[in-house]
Amino acid sequence: MKMRGARILIEALRCENVKHIFGYPGGAVLHVYDELAKSAEELGVTHYLVRHEQGAIFAAAGYAQATGKTGVALVTSGPGGTNAVTGIANAFMDSIPVVVFSGQVPTHLIGNDAFQEADLTGITRSCTKHNYLVKNVEELAPTIKEAFHVASTGRPGPVLVDMPKDMTAQTCEFVYPETISMRGYNPTLKGHPAQVKRAVEAMIKAKRPVLYVGGGAITAGASDHVRSLAEKLNLPVTCTLMGLGAFPASHPQSMGMLGMHGGYWTNMAINNSDLIISIGARFDDRVTGKLDEFAKGAKIVHVDIDPSCISKNVKADIPVVGDAKFICQQMLGEVTRQLAAGAEMTDRQAWFDQIAEWKRQHPFSYEEDGEVIKPQYVLHELHRITKGQAVLSADVGQHQMWAAQLYGFDEPRQWLNSGGLGAMGYGFPAAMGAAVARPQDLVVAVVGDGGFQMTFNELATVRQYNIPVKILLINNGYLGMVRQWQEQFYAHNYSHSDLEVAPDFVKLAEAFDVPALRATKKSEVTDTIERGLSIPGPVLIDMQVAREENVFPIVPAGAALKDMILQ
Amino acid sequence: MRHTISLLVENEYGMLTRVAGLFSARGYQIDTLCVGPTLEDGIARMTLTTHGNDHVIEQIIKQLRKLIKVIKVTDLTERPHVEREMVMITVNARQGEQRQEVLSLVEIFRARVVDVSTDAFIVELTGNAEKVVAFIDLLKPIGIREIVRTGIVAITRVVAHKDYQPKGNEETFSQISLNEKV
Repeated sequence: MKMRGARILIEALRCENVKHIFGYPGGAVLHVYDELAKSAEELGVTHYLVRHEQGAIFAAAGYAQATGKTGVALVTSGPGGTNAVTGIANAFMDSIPVVVFSGQVPTHLIGNDAFQEADLTGITRSCTKHNYLVKNVEELAPTIKEAFHVASTGRPGPVLVDMPKDMTAQTCEFVYPETISMRGYNPTLKGHPAQVKRAVEAMIKAKRPVLYVGGGAITAGASDHVRSLAEKLNLPVTCTLMGLGAFPASHPQSMGMLGMHGGYWTNMAINNSDLIISIGARFDDRVTGKLDEFAKGAKIVHVDIDPSCISKNVKADIPVVGDAKFICQQMLGEVTRQLAAGAEMTDRQAWFDQIAEWKRQHPFSYEEDGEVIKPQYVLHELHRITKGQAVLSADVGQHQMWAAQLYGFDEPRQWLNSGGLGAMGYGFPAAMGAAVARPQDLVVAVVGDGGFQMTFNELATVRQYNIPVKILLINNGYLGMVRQWQEQFYAHNYSHSDLEVAPDFVKLAEAFDVPALRATKKSEVTDTIERGLSIPGPVLIDMQVAREENVFPIVPAGAALKDMILQ
Repeated sequence: MRHTISLLVENEYGMLTRVAGLFSARGYQIDTLCVGPTLEDGIARMTLTTHGNDHVIEQIIKQLRKLIKVIKVTDLTERPHVEREMVMITVNARQGEQRQEVLSLVEIFRARVVDVSTDAFIVELTGNAEKVVAFIDLLKPIGIREIVRTGIVAITRVVAHKDYQPKGNEETFSQISLNEKV
């Protein structure tokens, strides 16, 4: 059937089983919005009108992080696209599958400095996995097919499809391709058997191994396999910031998060290990600290679907390219084979005892201070009250690190945050996307007062669609992490980190008709959280916490892990 | 060390920027870059030279392979290949003696004079980078007015040495063999 490009887009979304999109209209996408009003319902696509394009991409990313499905956003040309760039860059850094449709000025005006024109494929080239400019309406459907394929396979990432206005107006026959073949793109899934064999030999023999699990394990849906591998080989496990939940925090072999704000015991373990098995992690600078000093005595097994991640920062002794789930399965088979053939696993009790001793020496701790609310206490209470079952979406800063350290994630896709880009403002819109995707689950946005002020405009969106996000505001009136660094590394020179003037957040929420509560004393915390979580729909809980609390331990920027500051 | 890298890419909108942008975004250097069509419709060949230590070169190749519309990446440095560059030079040729000197250099280097005027020649030379540089160095004292270099193109030798083995874990990458018509 012949139809116009706008309709083709929505038909294609249906073919891709897209149920929810986040967007903001404008001149260049008016045909699409016209069609959305006419046919979206019939095709089963629900559009959420956000209040800023950045929120649309963050919401789509939160949607994707919470489900594994590709998130979808729709924005207009020019400023619509440029407002989306932070969201796109965030999805790129954290390998989140997102497809962004942007409007563009009509093809005959491209390059003409037309109204609301921006070279969006040019601007987003370095922060998308790939992008497209549709120059022929016949190409629209195949391009969308390719965009979803590229975004969601291999190492996932954002893909932008730029659609000149005439492309959504012109008509052609709608045929959605069933299969796809790209001669330049064919991610390796299965690990090389010889490499898997070498890796397993090393894993059986190691005396002080550490299994180091990143977001890639969650992306690949490999959590169960990672767990089996860890249990079968008796490996202590650490998760990266992006990998939290890939291995249950409550598991006796779990060491929690490593790196700049990781546990003392975790960083000591990785630094003293003789074998690091990395699955879907990338030895980021926030993980390794000073590279020359990182785990000097360790052999490295590096499993990743992206070959460019391997030996980029830390030289891998045994590289294994492929999908984490496939490779864990291969490894499990190989373990059985080698043990049956008489390989003897090293006894690791002494190693576990040593790790437990490190943990006993310096566990996470904070000092109580009468009725002052300590942010760590809020997170402990949140964990207790929600039984560790909530989906948490954090913003960026101190509260993010406390949540990562203390909430204890047992399930994958329970923890959303902006890890790589560290984009303030992520937490709340991402929670909105997650709550749309998982209406049966409790979704809590743990945000700071700084980041929340960047994207709180989405309060209107959660109100409009009654999206039940519970906002837990860790409100210290500072850009807390900036202030902490200024205190520790810049001689208490608090330059422009004091948010002296801030709205009354309870009144602010109420202005959007969102119920809000506040706690100012420690004794009010439990009751306030409990009451807040019991209110249906969106809620804001303002926790007025200690102003100058610090996140410990901390590895100063550029320092070695062993030089972490404990308190 | 200098490396010559050959790429087959989808010949489409923005492809050159994708490759060039990768180098600038990640702080790598492109020394020369040549692009042209192949016999297969829609596929272009890029030849680029770059330099860096083994770690940098490995990253460059992996990052190039990661580009969605790059079909094949080959580091020719590691295998038998032929490299050529063309240069055109406008060189002073004022009196008989100077004109004679240029002409004899042209002959020794198997270059060609492609344009003649009363006080200058345009000469053309094809060769590997070393030959081109040597020729330029000899013409410099005579007086070079303008110079244009194409950058290096390179092609794998038909008969690869029997003992040639691809280096490292190259085979672990996704590779698409492409039968380019000769």
